[in-house]
Amino acid sequence: MSANAARIPGPVMNAAGCGGTGRELAAYGDLSALGAFVTRTITLTPRTGGSMPRVVETPSGLLHAVGLQNPGLDRFLATELPWLVRQGARVVVSIAGESVVEHAELARRVGQSPGVAAVEVDLAEPDPPAWGLLETREPIASALVATRVISSCRRELPRDVPLLAKLRPDPVRVVDQAYGLLEAGVDGLVVGHALPALMPDGRSGALSGPALFPVARRCVAELAAAVPDLPVIGCGGVGSTADAHAMLDAGAVAVQIGTALLHDPTAVHRIAAGVGGDRRHDTGGAR
Amino acid sequence: MTSTPPPGDPAPTAAPTPTGPVHVIGEILHSRRTGAYQHVTLAAPDVAERVRPGTVVALTAGEPRLGRRLFWVRGVRTVGGFGSAVEIVVEPTGPGSRWVAELPVGARLPVTGPLGRPFSLPRDPVSCVLVGEEVAAACLYPLALRLKERGCAVTMLLGARSESHLLAALEARRTARSVTVVTADGSVGRKGPADDLFGAALPEVLERAAADVVYAAATTPSLARVARAAEHHGAWCQTALTQPGVCGTGLCQGCAVPVAGEDGLVRSARACADGPVFRGDRVRWDELAGGAP
Repeated sequence: MSANAARIPGPVMNAAGCGGTGRELAAYGDLSALGAFVTRTITLTPRTGGSMPRVVETPSGLLHAVGLQNPGLDRFLATELPWLVRQGARVVVSIAGESVVEHAELARRVGQSPGVAAVEVDLAEPDPPAWGLLETREPIASALVATRVISSCRRELPRDVPLLAKLRPDPVRVVDQAYGLLEAGVDGLVVGHALPALMPDGRSGALSGPALFPVARRCVAELAAAVPDLPVIGCGGVGSTADAHAMLDAGAVAVQIGTALLHDPTAVHRIAAGVGGDRRHDTGGAR
Repeated sequence: MTSTPPPGDPAPTAAPTPTGPVHVIGEILHSRRTGAYQHVTLAAPDVAERVRPGTVVALTAGEPRLGRRLFWVRGVRTVGGFGSAVEIVVEPTGPGSRWVAELPVGARLPVTGPLGRPFSLPRDPVSCVLVGEEVAAACLYPLALRLKERGCAVTMLLGARSESHLLAALEARRTARSVTVVTADGSVGRKGPADDLFGAALPEVLERAAADVVYAAATTPSLARVARAAEHHGAWCQTALTQPGVCGTGLCQGCAVPVAGEDGLVRSARACADGPVFRGDRVRWDELAGGAP
């Protein structure tokens, strides 16, 4: 286990892209009361996002194609990040890039900014080519590209800033990915992202929400069994304190709340209060 | 922290500012059908006090549905024993809105609000024209009252496909100096073309009222036309956008509106958190889905 494993914040935080800029979430509770605040995914240059409709309801989840709308790194570092830090939030900055070099630049500049609790590299965008991002998902290249992204981010980040990688919730392949990323210097994983899906009108999108809970939990369990030294943050359909406990019991060190927040903006604060303090101290140092 | 606060009590994580949104458990006090719409009165104190004309409330739409439904606030009133309540207008078109419309009196459900930025009010007693289409017109009634309190001359132009979809024109006459009604089928008021309901009436009303400010709440194509007509007339225009929001709180960035800033650069604003009210001359209507060409 890396020395940074103990620095990974938890046990309850929002998922990337489901907490707005932080200001909207702060209307419903103190950001410092959360294990961490995860930003929406920040890219080097501003992005206006995809066309409407961007979010569509399905019986068991939300389909979305927001398209990484964000103000770009410069504006984020100048305005949003300092505000979050002033709120006392432990800020996890989610990043995505168009190339390995761009990932490295994002990591370097985010890592130099004061108050960053961790960096989360989004390696699981459902449609990297559609959004002009680096493709990390093809079967053979994925190991090479994703590990290069992580090792170059690791090189650029201060040693004491934990580096997280967010992966697709694929129980079959997640363990192999984890081995590669661990070697590349990752401190923890977030499992997982949304599943690639089609929007009703045929555009590329992704599915999040309750449908993914058992899938993400299976990923967490597979990882806990195969790579017990690698901390895993469970993300996918967690909507209640009971869900959070189930994810933690499967071996996660923390959970992220996404879709539930869009249904109930108090969900992450409610679950954080329900789960209580940092679980790692409750389990007698088992992890 | 309890997960289900008692009705009327704000969630323990209430906003620090008196205008920000709160998340509470509301209770249905009245529900009555008028024409095509269900008028629902919800006990939601702390929400009601914070409501400003143009803001909306978000409701859960039944257990299995993850998205939320946004509703215009038609008014705020005091109900004995319950403090203040909000009246919303529900058009039962989909399963979620039907579920809300069919809730019995006494039913309890989570309410988040008020959400969004309200209409801004003029400092001086100017001439205001309020253009409302179908259910969206709901937000203009509390606005008309506020404008009248400030000494503004209020003129209303209301439109709908038919009389059953027209929101309380009778009540509009109590507040407004003059009310013009247009329906697509001519069932009440003037007959306007279905694809451009306000087309003929709008320039005439703006001229007659010598409008300084135009407030509009309508479908996107109509808003685009109202904004253009207001600009042509030389009036300030504020438009309240109806967007299919999923969260309504600004968390998901699911409701993008292309809006030009002071610097002329077009940015993607959120209809729920940065709107629903935008300056008519700032919205890039042709880029907005469903906008008039």
